[in-house]
Amino acid sequence: MHELPITQSILDIALRHADGKRVTDIHLVMGELSQLVDDSIQFYWDIIAKDTSAKGAQLHFRRVPAEFQCMVCFEKYHPNGEEFSCPHCGSVGAKIIAGEEFFMEAIDVE
Amino acid sequence: MPQRVPVVENILNANDRLAEENRARIDSAGVFAINIMASPGAGKTSIIEQTLPRLKDKLRVAVVDGDIATSIDADRAAAAGAQAAIQVNTGGECHLDAVMLHGALDQLDLKQFDLLIVENVGNLVCPASFKLGTHKSILVASVPEGDDKPYKYPGMYRGVDALVINKVDLLPYIPFKMDYFQRGVEALNPGVITFPISCRTGEGLEAWIDWLLQNVIGKS
Ligand SMILES: Nc1nc2c(ncn2[C@@H]2O[C@H](COP(=O)(O)OP(=O)(O)OP(=O)(O)O)[C@@H](O)[C@H]2O)c(=O)[nH]1
Ligand SMILES: [Mg+2]
Ligand SMILES: [Zn+2]
Repeated sequence: MHELPITQSILDIALRHADGKRVTDIHLVMGELSQLVDDSIQFYWDIIAKDTSAKGAQLHFRRVPAEFQCMVCFEKYHPNGEEFSCPHCGSVGAKIIAGEEFFMEAIDVE
Repeated sequence: MPQRVPVVENILNANDRLAEENRARIDSAGVFAINIMASPGAGKTSIIEQTLPRLKDKLRVAVVDGDIATSIDADRAAAAGAQAAIQVNTGGECHLDAVMLHGALDQLDLKQFDLLIVENVGNLVCPASFKLGTHKSILVASVPEGDDKPYKYPGMYRGVDALVINKVDLLPYIPFKMDYFQRGVEALNPGVITFPISCRTGEGLEAWIDWLLQNVIGKS
């Protein structure tokens, strides 16, 4: 049950950047590994934002696939299956270079 | 015509900023603070109960216990010898956040303590995303949960500074492949310090206590 504070946080950020204008769309970027929320958050949005100038805004999620970089052979790869190991040399202990993000990229206002 | 406004701001920015404020308060009091996270029943409170008597006469310890309801865990910490035990009821939230810890710190005279132990709400997903401002995050895994947890909850395993594997007394009775478990850990969090322990038998607790003491000494 963290949807509520996260939705509130999204609303705060959007309103702060909207400068009083009506917010129609919110563009969020979410990494594959960031297990925070899913599309159900739109449901929370419709309730939390209903008395604000962001009422009815559409939330859009851009998903970023996870990307690992092997620390032995430096290959970059998408973790596959459940073992996360490097498909090229089999090593484990890769660095995560993408997939953990969760931020607001832009809003549309009118 | 709609107009696009670039934002680029982390959603958890407000929490992160408050976590920094908590950290500054904890630091200025010279306290070392840990955040213990785990699934429900892994043994967070049991570890606190085992830890407190072993630190008696060495460190002054405050415990902050996050729970959805009840003060059972804070009462257990107080009974085990915590000089202060604060219960934070999260009112349904599945994790502690920086605001809740901020409220708990208000109730503590931090200068009276050397170590602050925060017990997070039992959950393997959400607490990982909400920084509190503590110095180290500790994950408690436990044998009955199964050896596949690193693979299923990578976010939690990735972000922690130390890993406790509790209930090793149950290893003879439960099919838990330690090497499979540790391969997952190593992939996500290479070299993370690991303490296999049993709160039942006391096995392994010494290394854990030493690590805590070293960290507190490094702090003061
Ligand atoms: N066999 C065995 N049982 C243990 C061990 N440590 C804890 N337990 C048992 O596990 C159960 C849960 O322990 P707690 O310490 O309450 O777990 P917790 O993580 O604090 O639980 P919540 O706060 O409810 O999420 C209790 O019945 C403990 O007696 C251990 O090392 N071995
Ligand atoms: Mg507990
Ligand atoms: Zn490789």
